[in-house]
Amino acid sequence: MIAELGHYALVLALALSLVQSTVPLLGVRRGDARLMALAGSTSTVIFALVLVSFGALTTLYLQSDFSVVNVFENSHSAKPLIYKISGVWGNHEGSMLLWILILVLFSALVALFGANLPATLRATVLAVQGWIIATFLLFILATSNPFARLDPAPFEGRDLNPLLQDPGLAAHPPLLYLGYVGFSIAFSFAIAALILGRIDAAWARWVRPWVLTAWIFLTLGISMGSYWAYYELGWGGWWFWDPVENASFMPWLAGTALLHSAIVMEKREALKVWTLLLAILTFALSLLGTFLVRSGVLTSVHAFATDPARGVFILAIMVAFVGGALALYAWRAPSLKQGGIFAPISREGTLVLNNLFLSTMCAAVLVGTLYPLALEAVTDEKISVGPPFFNATFAPLAIPLFVLIPFGPMLAWKRGDLNGAAQRLLAAAAIAAVGGAMAASLVQKGPWLAPVGLALGLWLIVGAFSEIASRAKVLQEPLSVAWARAKGLPRSAWGTAFAHAGVGVLVLGVVGETAWKTEFIGVMGPGDRIEISDHAVTLTDIRAERGPNFQDQVVTFSVVRPNGARLPVSASKRFYPARQMPTTEAGMIERLSGDLYVTLGEPQDDGKIVVRVFYKPQVNLIWIGSLIMALGGVLSLSDRRLRVGAPRSAKAHRATGHVAPAE
Amino acid sequence: MGRTLAVLFLVLTMAGTAFAVQPDEVLDDPALEARARSISAELRCLVCQNQSIDDSDAELARDLRVLVRERLVAGDSDDDVIDYVVSRYGEFVLLRPVMGTHTAVLWFAAPVLFLVGFIGILTVFVRRRRVPATVAAELTAEERARLDALLKERDH
Repeated sequence: MIAELGHYALVLALALSLVQSTVPLLGVRRGDARLMALAGSTSTVIFALVLVSFGALTTLYLQSDFSVVNVFENSHSAKPLIYKISGVWGNHEGSMLLWILILVLFSALVALFGANLPATLRATVLAVQGWIIATFLLFILATSNPFARLDPAPFEGRDLNPLLQDPGLAAHPPLLYLGYVGFSIAFSFAIAALILGRIDAAWARWVRPWVLTAWIFLTLGISMGSYWAYYELGWGGWWFWDPVENASFMPWLAGTALLHSAIVMEKREALKVWTLLLAILTFALSLLGTFLVRSGVLTSVHAFATDPARGVFILAIMVAFVGGALALYAWRAPSLKQGGIFAPISREGTLVLNNLFLSTMCAAVLVGTLYPLALEAVTDEKISVGPPFFNATFAPLAIPLFVLIPFGPMLAWKRGDLNGAAQRLLAAAAIAAVGGAMAASLVQKGPWLAPVGLALGLWLIVGAFSEIASRAKVLQEPLSVAWARAKGLPRSAWGTAFAHAGVGVLVLGVVGETAWKTEFIGVMGPGDRIEISDHAVTLTDIRAERGPNFQDQVVTFSVVRPNGARLPVSASKRFYPARQMPTTEAGMIERLSGDLYVTLGEPQDDGKIVVRVFYKPQVNLIWIGSLIMALGGVLSLSDRRLRVGAPRSAKAHRATGHVAPAE
Repeated sequence: MGRTLAVLFLVLTMAGTAFAVQPDEVLDDPALEARARSISAELRCLVCQNQSIDDSDAELARDLRVLVRERLVAGDSDDDVIDYVVSRYGEFVLLRPVMGTHTAVLWFAAPVLFLVGFIGILTVFVRRRRVPATVAAELTAEERARLDALLKERDH
């Protein structure tokens, strides 16, 4: 009954989404306000319906109703409660439903917060969202029904893939989808602008908060996924250039470019045509990500059980949306009026350069991910493209970008003063140089590039806050005055500083992890002691335990840290009988200065066990850096200018006497 | 007794789930071992999904790791070892594809795109410099009328 209710809600939502796709556009054409306003109501009702459907699936999981195929294949009555819930999206059908839930949530939010949009724009945006919603509802109903029944109902379920039974998985996909799907709003706004043939600074101001929101979630989602891979897969790596990781990284790169080009559009009405293209491409890459993960084209640890029919369907969706959007773009974009003029050395100039770097980086990842597939299809030749290739092509683009980042916010709009900017960045350059030199003299081992990388990280961090310091006149004014000035700066300035500093913190983490990690591999038994990077690690105990739906072999170590503190660490190997699948659970001591990371290998005949111990200096800065970047996004989002939204008209603007602070 | 059985069960079922490099594979000479590790990171585990032989648990990956170390001990240079592995397993084993006619697009796509973009942007700036900026700022009749009205208002 519950399953049928969920299924029926989806069908109803599909019917309504067809209304949303068409009627508001008719309203725009006829100038009928009532037909246009319909889009708001349908968005809200569709959201409610999909929510009911999602609630139904969650209930089925909680009840362990194995008469539903999806629950039978991915759940187990003994599974802990949290994984019964997260298991809802730990499979293809359920995750697709979550994808759609987030899609309709965003549409409902546009309807809710879009009261200050011009009626025609709002109706068109929601209609375009309606097309996407209808297509994906059709996809899930036709190829991936999560509510399909099983007769007779089995007695017990097959359990969720043990790798996915982890708190990290509970958060990773929802965050990622909030990012992917959030970019659909930018896409819909771009298509609406092309259909209506109108685009101006106000458009950018409406779109920016959505892009920023999507970007924040995607940043968090990717970083969460990376952290999950780090502690759950037991390899101790944090980024593998796996095709599915790339699939989420490409929209992130394009989205980051979009975020920056939209600033130029909002402030200076320039780069309109380019910003529209980026909005389309960012969502296209999100769709590509969805396609790659689900089509079976790529095999990877992440890929769900795949079915060629689904792949073909998603490919068709992608071709239709991306092809259609680009055709519309080619037809309408040339007629859009170009805006502000600026000199090469200016804020706009640096943002153009930023976009050039980010889009080429994105292209590098795209080519590396798809080229082997294309080559095999065309010539039957098989090649592999792995981390060494990506490091070799990506780093030469990323490093100059990192060097340039601090200059951007220092330059004025229209025409900047490069010398002045360089002077204000002198302190940052000095601190970076000293830091790099100190690292080089303190740490004799490791590659020569490592101190340079460290200096680069410091340059980014100090450089990011140099802008705040120079605007607050830290050196010219007394500290209290400077502090008051700094507090008075718009939140978006702080947001920029934090986001850019986050990149620097991430760079520090990457340098520490890749250049200075140490490793021990060996056989250890109770009482055995090893030393690694000033840590003494003693194996104290090997024992068997039993979890709710797994058996556990736990090995405990006693670790003496360099400061003399003694801490216990446990690593384990788990076995999940329902899936006949083992997992490894790494043991970790996480500190800002570095992680001690222990994983287990093969048990030996003499009661000993193979142990692998890493010391990874600064590795946590990788995720802390991404969190700081996301925090920068949140600060920017809370800026008064975006919170207030775009002014309704110039007249209303003057009447309230409030002028948006010029950045 | 139950506990012993449980441990035994674990030991039996967990065979083949270890991580990558095993202690018995590690070479005594740290310099040679370091070279072996960096070569391993460049070679694909042929039966895995996007894993290097350095990361993989598979039997075949182990064979390859051992093979790499044997060649190194025999005195091969890094390139010799890689050439040898490629001669036996084909180009598919390389995680960093060789540069050749069939991979030119792969290797040069990003740098060429960057250059094209950079030159394109420069061209736009150079062209703009030739056209006086005022051309773009012409007012429509309606705007002109409003401006006149505003100016008049101020004069009063």
